[in-house]
Amino acid sequence: MTRKSTIMALGALLGLYASSQASAAADQVVIGDIDDMSGVYADVMGQAGIDVINMAIADFGGTVLGKKITVLSVDHQNKPDIGASKFREWADQNGLTMVLGGSNTGVSIAMSKVAAAKKIPFIAIGAGGASLTGADCTPYTVHYAYDTTALGNGTASAIIKEGGKTWFFITADYAFGTQLQDAATKVVLANGGKVLGAVRAPLGTTDYSSFLLQAQASGAQVLGLANAGTDFSNSLKAANEFGITKTMKPAALLAFLTDIHAATLQTAQGLYLTTGFYWDLNEQTRAFGKRFFAKVNRMPTMDQAAVYSATTQYLNAVKAVGSTDSDKVMAQLKKTKINDFFAKGGYIREDGLMIHDMYVMKVKTPAESKYPWDYYKVVKVMTGEEADGTQPDAACPMIKK
Amino acid sequence: MTTVFGVPLPAILGQMMLGLVNGSFYALLSLGLAVIFGLLGVVNFAHGAFYMLGAFAAYIGLASFGINYWWALLLAPLAVGLFGIVIERLLLRHLYQVEPVYGLLLTFGIALIAEGVMRSQFGASGKSYPVPPLLQGGFNLGFMVLPIYRAWVILASVTVCFVTWFLIERTHLGARLRAATENAKLVQAFGINVPLLVMCTYGAGVALAALAGVLAAPVVQVSPLMGSSLVIVVFAVVVIGGMGSIVGAIVSGLGLGLIEGLTKVVYPEASNIVVFIIMAVVLIWRPAGLFGKEQ
Repeated sequence: MTRKSTIMALGALLGLYASSQASAAADQVVIGDIDDMSGVYADVMGQAGIDVINMAIADFGGTVLGKKITVLSVDHQNKPDIGASKFREWADQNGLTMVLGGSNTGVSIAMSKVAAAKKIPFIAIGAGGASLTGADCTPYTVHYAYDTTALGNGTASAIIKEGGKTWFFITADYAFGTQLQDAATKVVLANGGKVLGAVRAPLGTTDYSSFLLQAQASGAQVLGLANAGTDFSNSLKAANEFGITKTMKPAALLAFLTDIHAATLQTAQGLYLTTGFYWDLNEQTRAFGKRFFAKVNRMPTMDQAAVYSATTQYLNAVKAVGSTDSDKVMAQLKKTKINDFFAKGGYIREDGLMIHDMYVMKVKTPAESKYPWDYYKVVKVMTGEEADGTQPDAACPMIKK
Repeated sequence: MTTVFGVPLPAILGQMMLGLVNGSFYALLSLGLAVIFGLLGVVNFAHGAFYMLGAFAAYIGLASFGINYWWALLLAPLAVGLFGIVIERLLLRHLYQVEPVYGLLLTFGIALIAEGVMRSQFGASGKSYPVPPLLQGGFNLGFMVLPIYRAWVILASVTVCFVTWFLIERTHLGARLRAATENAKLVQAFGINVPLLVMCTYGAGVALAALAGVLAAPVVQVSPLMGSSLVIVVFAVVVIGGMGSIVGAIVSGLGLGLIEGLTKVVYPEASNIVVFIIMAVVLIWRPAGLFGKEQ
């Protein structure tokens, strides 16, 4: 064969291969997990999240409507451009049918724009920003585990009831931190409190000493920590070190089980926090916890539990409508009640927010903790409506007024 | 109440005190980096990873072997320094004859591997290391409460920096080392074992990073990611001070810690980048750094 004909033959083969890949993809259900696998939020969902998705798929039966279920994953490194471009790439080249995860609010907002453009369901888990179902809502976004509104209503209310009227915030300087601060501020002001000041620290700051000093100088009663992950553990540790926790009450506006584990009960005891799930609530949650522990050697955070629930709900919806058509699946998701170990009587609201019970917890003292990972006691169970209101978010452009 | 930049004086003083603490960390870390670059010509991107390994060595020492903080101050740098020597002997040595970019790539790769291994073992959230009992509590300085531990960090860092400077600039050993970097063949002809000297110097630079890690362990979460964000800032500090200059590294480390502390109170959102802005300005005005020599 001549050189030219060899190249043409190879080109034709490649073309055949590529087109056969594309048509093969249409027969699959492709679930994408775009998350922080190596940065400050990697323990909250991360690699273990992929294990949980596979668990959910296996429990579902491994296939749906006779189609194979493929899981793709990537580390977005907390960069919105990576998250968005990977979402787009999978949609264009890999027959993507659904994305879940996100963790970082900034990245999740970018991903929700791609979801709207590509018309692919995006179940945001891990990001807190309420704007995902507010100003940034799309018909294809579902916000699953928790959001900043619920955190504000839960934790801020609990602390104000205890007498914490004046607040100073240390806020992570990006969408999540500012939205969390706003949510807490709304609750503080509504209850007759005052915000004496706030300071924004870049995401990933390790040394909070100077911000804490400013907090102390303000004379506020409550130290509002509007950050998460290692940012939160570092701020708390430094607050203890500088003796600030003696004069100010720390408010953990977002803390996951892994953060409390990393900070240790010694440092974190007495903190109020709001969560959508805790492994030790009842027999069902404990069963999930034990399964998760066997795989990953730690107890699941609410995000990891939410991933299982969301994957199962999605597969149920696909089965019910008989296809992966995004509009049909989204309609099915929004009209199905969610009853599993993660939520009882949960439902997805018109703006995409998954409404379910939220728990206000107090972190146990080392003496009160009787076994490993026995960290929380329930202070209050908020219904979904108490946590997130009875009406869809008015800021969401989709909602007809 | 007197105000500076619209901030009350006690607050500024408090921030500058904290800036001094951070500056001590920068000084210690950039010292190790300056030693390695100035004397070996190696751009050691693994410096942040060695800092992290030092902190983890202290944590593992305490959690698994019951080695307390004071012993960890001695043993962790030794252990990590030994690891550094192994890396130099097996890997880095082969790259001295080629362009410096290869050394940079190698050390960057080592940093990624170290970070990945620790992350898969310990998770990204990190571990908590307690402040040693002797150093708990704080001094009430009037304008703030300074934790005793942070005061100790300043003292320890400044002492180590001084001792290192003295060793390099004022002793025979230091003189030999400086001579070896200027003309290795000639020094070797005098019978001095230059490869051994280079290997031990790399080990010493790495040990300095590990020492900074042990000092940092009670202050921050001991996390596999703690070195990666710091190493970029430390590089900027070394560049500002002058790549080969020991004094430059110490002075700019402390100075930049102070400036960063001030920025945190005047305009906190810029505290991440102020070091790089200064680096850009210094490079335009004095390309060799504040204390560096034009080559």
